[in-house]
Amino acid sequence: MNKILLIIQREYITRVRKRSFIIMTVLGPVLMAAMIILPVYISQVSEGKPAKVVVLDETGWFKGKFKNQDKIDFEYVTGDLQTEKAKALAKGAFLLYIPATQLKVPEGGEIFGTGQPGLHVLAYIKSVMKEVIETKILLAQGIDPQVIKRSNIKVKLVTIKVDEEGNEKSTYTDVEVGMAYLAGFMIYFFIFMFGAQVMKGVAEEKSNRIVEIIISSVKPFQLMMGKIIGVAFVGLTQFTLWVVLTFVFVGAFQSGALNGDMSSFLNTHKSTEIVAGDMQNNNTMDAADFSRISDVLGSIDLKVMIFSFLFYFLGGYLLYSSLFAAIGGAVDHETETQQFMLPVTIPLIFAVISSSAVIQQPDGALSLWLSMIPFTSPIIMMMRIPFGVPYWQVWLSGGLLILGFVFTTWFAAKIYRVGILMYGKKVDYSELMKWLKY
Amino acid sequence: MFLEAKNVTKTYLDHKALDNVSIEVPEKSIFGLLGPNGAGKTTLIRIITRITMPDSGEILLDGKPLSSGDIAKIGYMPEERGLYKKMKVGEQAIYLARLKGLSKKEAEKKLRQWFIKLNIVPWWNKKVEELSKGMQQKVQFIVTVLHEPRLLIFDEPFSGFDPINVNILKNEIKELNENGATIIFSTHNMASVEEICDHIALINNSKKVLSGDINEIKNRYKTNSFKVEYAGEISFENLNGSDILQITGKGKINGHKFIDVKLKEGMTVNDLLNIMIPKVQIIAVNEIVPSLNDIFIKVVNENKRHNE
Repeated sequence: MNKILLIIQREYITRVRKRSFIIMTVLGPVLMAAMIILPVYISQVSEGKPAKVVVLDETGWFKGKFKNQDKIDFEYVTGDLQTEKAKALAKGAFLLYIPATQLKVPEGGEIFGTGQPGLHVLAYIKSVMKEVIETKILLAQGIDPQVIKRSNIKVKLVTIKVDEEGNEKSTYTDVEVGMAYLAGFMIYFFIFMFGAQVMKGVAEEKSNRIVEIIISSVKPFQLMMGKIIGVAFVGLTQFTLWVVLTFVFVGAFQSGALNGDMSSFLNTHKSTEIVAGDMQNNNTMDAADFSRISDVLGSIDLKVMIFSFLFYFLGGYLLYSSLFAAIGGAVDHETETQQFMLPVTIPLIFAVISSSAVIQQPDGALSLWLSMIPFTSPIIMMMRIPFGVPYWQVWLSGGLLILGFVFTTWFAAKIYRVGILMYGKKVDYSELMKWLKY
Repeated sequence: MFLEAKNVTKTYLDHKALDNVSIEVPEKSIFGLLGPNGAGKTTLIRIITRITMPDSGEILLDGKPLSSGDIAKIGYMPEERGLYKKMKVGEQAIYLARLKGLSKKEAEKKLRQWFIKLNIVPWWNKKVEELSKGMQQKVQFIVTVLHEPRLLIFDEPFSGFDPINVNILKNEIKELNENGATIIFSTHNMASVEEICDHIALINNSKKVLSGDINEIKNRYKTNSFKVEYAGEISFENLNGSDILQITGKGKINGHKFIDVKLKEGMTVNDLLNIMIPKVQIIAVNEIVPSLNDIFIKVVNENKRHNE
């Protein structure tokens, strides 16, 4: 027992000290935090100097319609296109030219400038022009634009789950789908990444020939389990650090912004929302939506999520990594692992492919079966859990998973034991079968 | 008997690696396990080190069946040397020593002593991959002997070493032996261990063909032959092929003439000298002792004839 601890310790320490581990550990949260921070940050930076737009409107339709925005100032002029253009460009402003057309309806305009106007400028001008023209057309047809606006509503459908005791709990499928995908793919990613590490480690020990020295002091099974468990701890460490560091980075950014200039930060936030709202009237995210998200996060039991994530990560990892260890032990070089990798990874890939079907019908027959079979259950059950799964199913699936990894470990140990001392032999499946009996 | 292998048989998937092999290794001996490549030496060693199990037969240590607790009493240096390439030398040595059951402190203390002794202290914090092959082998050697096992097994210990390091290693091994360790050498290169082994076993084609005290074996295979260096003129024409002696070779060595003479049964070196002394001046007389290589070839050929 003492020796297995030593092996675990070595596996853990040498891996955690590796440069690649440190880089991955820092880079992961940086990327995740960037995804959260960047959109806000960019809108803050691009604020800078407001763009000046000189409007030369020959149609007269848009008089007073372009209002000064946070980042756009408008100025109306009349006169000749060429002279106004020259004047505007000299000032470093853009000239928006809306020519009078033969038809009664203006078809569009042209913007002149020495530089490229920002997307927000174009988006605002377009949305205003569209609205003005639409309104005019509607009025010409005798329709009150207000009616159209009012009829353009967004339907919110809140699903409410009623449990056996009659308690009602609203569920939010959008967020659940997000959580389901995230959890499922994380498990898939972790199993693959750390399973491959185990395989590489075993193959390295074999080709280094150090394995013979080590198994003259410990049993092959101890060596294999020590490596598997050591790498599992590395995985858990990485996962924990990712979660913690992501929060730290996001938190640090937010507090930094607050200390700096809170009002400007909040303003930016608001104005981007308003612009966004103007651009796509229907999708405005109102305050109610925001509060709903935190509601939802509360409605999914985070404790259950984290606990089951850890359980299915460990279970799935143990199941697969012992098989990966057997592959590493069976071959002479890492390059020969391909032929044995395929059958091991097929169930994993199948689980990922089925994920959209599972999420559409979390309680369907496919979902049920895949969440019971130990080879797919870590991914599929994690995808189902955010939607709520009956306890008996979780217990059964968990129990089967434990049985599953006990079996694969036993199976893998037999191959591993023979494989690590077998050199220079081309190994195929019939050979592996002989090792099992041997 | 310190270590005994009794009727050990091991069959791998398609061939018999060991066929009813028994060896006896006396305490504090230097034992040579000899035979050509593929004879089954490594398999026998792996069974002694409990890396693999025999199909039948058993290994006794101090008369008791070998158990997993005995592993700490054995130090094993495999033919294919192996260390973690990316790990630092000192750290790795401590790890391997602790796997053998040494405490961290103890391991560190003993390692320091060995590193000083073999002159590789500056390498303590280097990664193994930065070391030359000879250095790596020194580290490997230290790791093997560090826990002061009673039984040391070296599989092809001198392959890949330069002559200077071979000497250093041989001396260290002799010293360990004098301090009470029993040594097993396994090699196909019989000449390399001939002068340090006191007991041997010859293995060929999975079977033991010969074993015992090396001097006793050499005596058994002696052919009553002598090399005589002399100055002067002598003709053996009339004696050669008679019932007294047979000339097996002649020529010049170190500027002297010599003859190799095989004496017939009942004749001694004194009889030979009695013939020669009146005619020539004797410079040196040496008994021609068969090398292990010669003995091995002879035994193998005898067995072949026997089987046919």
